This record gives sequence, C-alpha cells and structure tokens, in this order.
Amino acid sequence: MKMPVIDLANPTKFLALVNRVLPWLIAATAIFFAVGLYRALNAPDDYQQGATVKIMYLHVPAAWLGMMGWGLMCLAALGTLVWRHPLADVAGKAAAPIGAAFTFVCLVTGSLWGRPTWGTYWVWDARLTSELVLLLLYFGVLALYWTAEEPGRGARAAAILSLVGAVNLPIIKFSVDWWNTLHQGESIFRVGGSTIDPSILAPLIFMTIAFTLLFITLYLAAMRNEILRRRVRAMRLMQAQTLAEATP
Amino acid sequence: MRAIVALMLRDMRIAVRVGGGALMGALFFLVLVVMMPFAIGPDLKLLARIGPAILWLGALLASLLALDRLFVSDYEDGSLDLLMTGAVPLELTVAAKAVAHWLTTCLPLVIVAPLLGLLLNIEMRAMGAVALTLLAGTPALTFLGLIGAALSVALRRGGLLLAVLVLPLTVPVLIFGVSASNAAVVEGAAFGPPFTILCALSLAALVLGPVAAAAALRYGLE
Amino acid sequence: MRLQAENLACNRGGRDVFAGLNFAIEAGEALLVTGRNGAGKSSLLRLIAGLVRASAGRLAFSGGAPDAPIGEQAHYLGHQDAVKPSLSVAENLRFWINFLGGGKAASASLEAVGLAPLASLPAAYLSAGQRRRLSIARLIAVARPLWLLDEPTTALDAAAQATLADLMRAHLAGGGLIVAAAHGPIGLERARELKLGPP
Repeated sequence: MKMPVIDLANPTKFLALVNRVLPWLIAATAIFFAVGLYRALNAPDDYQQGATVKIMYLHVPAAWLGMMGWGLMCLAALGTLVWRHPLADVAGKAAAPIGAAFTFVCLVTGSLWGRPTWGTYWVWDARLTSELVLLLLYFGVLALYWTAEEPGRGARAAAILSLVGAVNLPIIKFSVDWWNTLHQGESIFRVGGSTIDPSILAPLIFMTIAFTLLFITLYLAAMRNEILRRRVRAMRLMQAQTLAEATP
Repeated sequence: MRAIVALMLRDMRIAVRVGGGALMGALFFLVLVVMMPFAIGPDLKLLARIGPAILWLGALLASLLALDRLFVSDYEDGSLDLLMTGAVPLELTVAAKAVAHWLTTCLPLVIVAPLLGLLLNIEMRAMGAVALTLLAGTPALTFLGLIGAALSVALRRGGLLLAVLVLPLTVPVLIFGVSASNAAVVEGAAFGPPFTILCALSLAALVLGPVAAAAALRYGLE
Repeated sequence: MRLQAENLACNRGGRDVFAGLNFAIEAGEALLVTGRNGAGKSSLLRLIAGLVRASAGRLAFSGGAPDAPIGEQAHYLGHQDAVKPSLSVAENLRFWINFLGGGKAASASLEAVGLAPLASLPAAYLSAGQRRRLSIARLIAVARPLWLLDEPTTALDAAAQATLADLMRAHLAGGGLIVAAAHGPIGLERARELKLGPP
C-alpha cells in the first residue's frame, strides 16, 4: 500500500496561508460582534413582539449561513468530482458541520421566537419546515462522512449528495410552501413588518457580517484540522506498512 | 460471565466507533417523524392526538431496520463461527448482542423521543408516558427482532425480509405501547393494565427471542 | 488425548461431500488433510469444530474435558480472520481471550507473531498478512488442545510461515493436536496425511 503523496502536497501551502490569515480574521470577527451586539441591543423593540424580536439578529444570519454552508459544499463538490482536488474534499467536509450547526441555531431561535405568538414550540410553518428539511439533508451528508471508511470515498459520496440536494432544495421549498397553503395558515411571523426600518436594518447587517466572519474563521480552522487529521491517518498507514516490512 | 460482558462491551465499542451505529437509528427516527406531517398535514391538534402513535411507529421501524446488521458483519468476517465455539451457550451469546444493540440503538431513541414530541406538539404529560412505554417496549422489539436477524443471516437474505418476518410478531407490542401512551392524553383511559402487559411482553421476548435466534443460527449455518 | 473418527460422512446441499472417513490422532500428533478444492477439507474441519453436523459416523475426543463438546476444546482457524476493523489490534485479541478463555497474555502472543509494535493500531490499517498473523496470535493466546487450521499459511510470507511452523511444533510438543487443511506442505514434517477426494 503506497502512501498517498497528494496528502502532503498543496495542503502545506494552504496551511501556511491559514495560519497567517487566521489571527486577522479572529480580530475582525471580534470587532464586528462588538459593534453589532451594541447596536442590536440598543435597537428599538417591535411594537407587537417587544424585545423578543431581537432574536431576529441571531435567526436571520443563521438562516443565511445555513444556506451558504450548503453553497460552499456544492462548490467543493464540483472541485471533488470534476478536478479530484484533495483540498476540495477537505473544503466540503469542513463546511458540513458548521452549516448544519447554523441551520440548527436557525431552527431553535425560530422556535423560541415563535413560542410567544404561537403558544407552542413548533408549528409546521413553511419557512421553518424548509429549514428542518435542510437540516435533515445536512445530517445525511454528515452521516456519509462519518460512516465512510476512507476519506476519499466519503468525500465523493457526499459531493454527489450535496449537488443533488442543491438541485432539490428549491423544489422542496416550493412544495413545502404549497403544502402549507393547503392548510389554514397558523400565524406567520415576518421580519419587522412589511418594510424594514433602517434602525433595525443597520444592526442586522452588522450582525450578519459578524456571523459570516465567524463562519469563515471556523471554516478555515476546520479545514486546517481536517488536513492535519488526514496527515495523521497517512502516517499511521505508513507506520503499519513499515512495521510490516521490518518485522520478520 | 466474563465472556458475556466482554462480548457486550465489544459490540458497544464497535457501535460507538463505526460512526453510524448509535446515532443512525436516532437520525432515522427523526427523519421518519418529520415525514409524517407532510403526509398528514400540519394540523397541530391532529398531530398531538396521533403523536404517540407516530412516535411508536417511528421507533418500531428505526429499531427494526438497525437490527439488519446485527449478525451479518460477524457472519461475514468469520467471528460468528468463533462465537459459536465459545463456552458460553449460544442463547446467552445472542442475548448479549441483543442487549448491546438495545443500549446503543434503542436507548438513544427513547432519549430523542421527547424532542420529537415537541415537533408533534405532544403535551408534556403524554410525552412522559410515551418515553416510558418506549423504554419498556423497545426490549421486546429488539429481542423479537433478534429472531428475524438470525433467520436472515441463516437464509442469506437481507433487508426487507427481516421486516416482513418480524413486524407481525411486534403487533402486540405496538398495540399495548400506543394504548398505554394514549392513556395519558385521553380522559378515562387507564395506563396501568396496558403498561403491565407491555412489560410482560418484553420479559417474554427476553426468553423467546434468544432461544429462537440461537436455533435459527445453528440450523441455518450448517 | 485422542481424536478419533469412524465412518464419518458429511452431507452439504444434498450431496455427500465425503463419506466413510476414518482417522485417529493422539496427543502430540498432527493430521494434514489434502485434496483439491471442493473435496471437503473445510467441511471436515467445520464438522470437527461442531459447526456442521455429521450425516453418518462417529467422532470422539477423549482425554480432554469430560463434559465439553469437541467444539469447545478445539480452536478453529478458518479462511476469514474474525478481525474487527474498528477495534485496535490488542482490543481484538483481548476480546477473544476473554470470550474463548485465555492461556497466554495478549502482549506475549502479539510478540510471538511480531505484531507487538502494532498493538494499539486500529485493525483497519492491517494488511492481509498482518491480519492472518493476528489470527495466529489468537491461536496461541487461547489455550485449547485441538487446533483446526484451514489453510493457515494463506497471505503469509516465508518468515511468517516459519514462525507458524515453530508455533505448531511447540503446540505439538506440549501435547496438543493439530488437524490442518492445506494444498501443500505447511511445515509439519511428521504429520499423517489424509487425502480427500474421489478415489
């Protein structure tokens, strides 16, 4: 069994880049969170929902990042399937848990946000239900990564599922909307009414940027970890091979 | 005794490490329960009323489909042959595997059930009843499913055959499990009698399952 | 101790794989079963191990534990290695020691086959030859008098085959018995031969 040489090629340069960029990213994330949180906490309350509307500053970025995660997985999937680039494998695998986590946060915050209005923790509202299906798709991809014996095989399987999921997501969203309109709609919550007042919009943008920076920071760190993990695995394989040749 | 514990620990270790075993059942359970309202409709009152039934069906299918692999991987790598030559009676060996399977697959289902109950708008009291009935009833499902798992290895067939064989056997468990859960929601229904019968079914399966499964393995692997 | 077979016959899938088999071996003796593929070598070993039932004849093992069936006093080494990839090498071995009953410590057994440095490596990383050696480590770790070896030298290189031959000689010298199925010589010089197949 020959040691896969590509495990150590390009990724080394990538690791060097990540190590240089990461501290700056962490600083930028911290700054945007500081500003964003300050502005969010000082923004006006909604006339109907009171202070609970502030969950929106967490819910909306989380929803967007959940989808961005899947988008990143699709880009990575193209890299894996078309160019067989090893970094593409890593890029896809690193994006999945982070995207899933943000989708989960979106669901939980959505549930908590709606509780006072609905009287219950969950209604099968069109938007939240679509997010739930997205979370299930994420779980599917994560399951593929966890159960694959070899990183390469898992990556290819996950890449295919990512692309299939991307094609399917608009269809799922459409059908869930349709399903929801068949039945008497429960109370639908909107973000701040029909138009968004600037005093709410600005903090929202700050928080969104802050969370996006957080995503990118975590993402690059996750990619670094995955590369290191694969190196450990390659070294273990080499160890087994060397010992096999050395022992009588 | 030491041998039985060693086997249980080994199976649990494998289930936890092969990134699929323990969580996969719970994940399947989640997916099934989410599927239901798409077919039934998002009417919260209706969902709350049939919620216990949905959870029971989900747990039944999730625990059953996970049983498929119980003997197959041991059969494929030659471990089953060696397990049969141990000093431990095959019935106990098989029971040990079943216990390990229940701990790693069914127990997560019982733990996840309350969370899914939230999705189905089941009230707290009923949730407790459902979790309790699942705790008492899933051993019956596992030990009865053991028979199907052994038969499908003996016959070298997989997947759906197991479900076809075992599902009819689990009808009493499903009936009394849902009945006991509903008792917490519906006024005037008793929880005690169906729950006691459920426990009795589990105890009976604890004996019937391993005996039948061991016989199936012996005659099937000749 | 003595393993004796009288008029043994085995029926698989409706046809007689072998019939009218007679042999006997005493403590310290080995029986080499030869024959072309399909002649029934594996079936004979599985029959002795108790995994397959004889359709005719008698098999007796005397001198060992009085109440235990032959299968519990024999150690069956089949074509597959019964190695779980998600457990480490040492964990695999220690499980079988705990389940089948041990006579030798896991670390010492791994030393004897040269796998000691790999003890904490997940078994998924082992090559076919290393997996076979792990099975052999199991053979010496579990103390059972009768060894049933089905083509034990598969996937082993020359050095490992020599180690196996040494271990087999040591087992026989200690009063054990061996029944081995092989296509050719496996290092048991003074073994009796039993040829299976059409006359």
